Amino acid sequence: MGRMRSLLIPGVDEKLLIKDAQKAMPDLARRRFIASGASLGALTLLTGCNVSDSSSAEAMLIRISKFNDAVQALIFNPDTLAPTFPESAITKPFPFNAYYRLHEAPRVDGKTWKLEVRGLVDNKKSWTLDELYQLPQVKQVTRLVCVEGWSAIGSWTGTPLRDFLKLIGADTHAKYVWFQCADKDGYNSPLDMRSALHPQTQMAFKFADEILPTAYGFPMKIRVPTKLGFKNPKYVLSMEVTNDYKGGYWEDQGYNSFSGS
Amino acid sequence: MSTVMSTIVVNDEHTTRGAKVIQPRWVRVMHWINAVAIGLMITSGWEIYNASPLFRFSFSSRITLGGWLAGALLWHFAAMWLLMVNGLLYLAFGLATGRFRKKLLPITPSAVIADTKAALTLKLSHDDLSRYNSVQKLLYSGIIIVGIVIVLSGLSIWKPVQLQYLTALFGGYDVARYVHFACMAAICGFLVVHVALALLVPKSLRAITIGR
Repeated sequence: MGRMRSLLIPGVDEKLLIKDAQKAMPDLARRRFIASGASLGALTLLTGCNVSDSSSAEAMLIRISKFNDAVQALIFNPDTLAPTFPESAITKPFPFNAYYRLHEAPRVDGKTWKLEVRGLVDNKKSWTLDELYQLPQVKQVTRLVCVEGWSAIGSWTGTPLRDFLKLIGADTHAKYVWFQCADKDGYNSPLDMRSALHPQTQMAFKFADEILPTAYGFPMKIRVPTKLGFKNPKYVLSMEVTNDYKGGYWEDQGYNSFSGS
Repeated sequence: MSTVMSTIVVNDEHTTRGAKVIQPRWVRVMHWINAVAIGLMITSGWEIYNASPLFRFSFSSRITLGGWLAGALLWHFAAMWLLMVNGLLYLAFGLATGRFRKKLLPITPSAVIADTKAALTLKLSHDDLSRYNSVQKLLYSGIIIVGIVIVLSGLSIWKPVQLQYLTALFGGYDVARYVHFACMAAICGFLVVHVALALLVPKSLRAITIGR
């Protein structure tokens, strides 16, 4: 407690505190978020825990984020459809958004690309783009909401993911569909099964009636109008039906995993 | 709930034997919980704003919470529970005990104008802290309404699909962001006045902390 009081005295050396906090963090890049949260976090941890230990603040935040996953799963209504818009509402130009520049975006060869299917499915055959293009497709004009706050309305055309999951004999009682992508550093993201089975969740092959350009995820993007943008992986290489939580590129860095909208 | 409420109210009356209790215990507890929650929400909210600014300015990272977007979001969606649960209890207590009716009503334009004049000429009395003047009534009622709107607009930004009717009520997702921001600005404006006046009348700070 004495230690806590000394930290709460105005004028506490915040830099030293953060320096201490950073020492405890092996992977700085992935733990940046707590660095400046540590000092204010001290004020909220009135439970008497050691407030100079930033990992306790971090652990609390991550526990609450998991609680928020559960709350969002509870709020999620599988029959609630995301609002759709007329084509005149489409945002032009539709933004390219990634953790790299457009010229670094993966250029996938559509002739050799195959969608790999793994995990709890009856038929693990890989799918060529031509085979996938044969499947029935629907067009949806929906709003993409980015975790950064901005939003944009786009038109995506593709096969409902639930139809494809049925086709490959996926165990739809499994917890997740986990996507792996061609983005640099290996993008991946888990999608909870109920969201994967939502009628508007689709394997998108077209944007604005054109084959997906590189910027928007050629050859295939998973469009999930009930999730934030980063839960809509582009340049998809494989999908795995699994009961294991395998983490995700942004999820592992502290973004809320459910991130439903 | 009503048992809890009456217990707290009774307790407050017991303590009145010595000195008059200006602020009942539930108001004091909830006030300071709210102060912490609002502080966390605003400073993490600024960091979230910085990820996609609505206007041509950003908040200095020296005054934001979370360090970067993911950290700020973790704080924001953790502190929201503190804000919402505390806020709902406050509204329930305020309505059930009749505090809102007794303390904040009536508000008449003429009384507000008269009290504003008195305040600006430093003639406003602060002798009885248990009675709010008309400017206080207006500001406290107003900030409760702003508090309700900022939570509802926040929910409509968080869940524009599941709560799409609420989002539509605010004029859509993009407009709801501006509403959310405007409420934050209103709360910051309120806080400047609120804190300045509390410092000018220190016994009010004492009343909201120890009750007397």
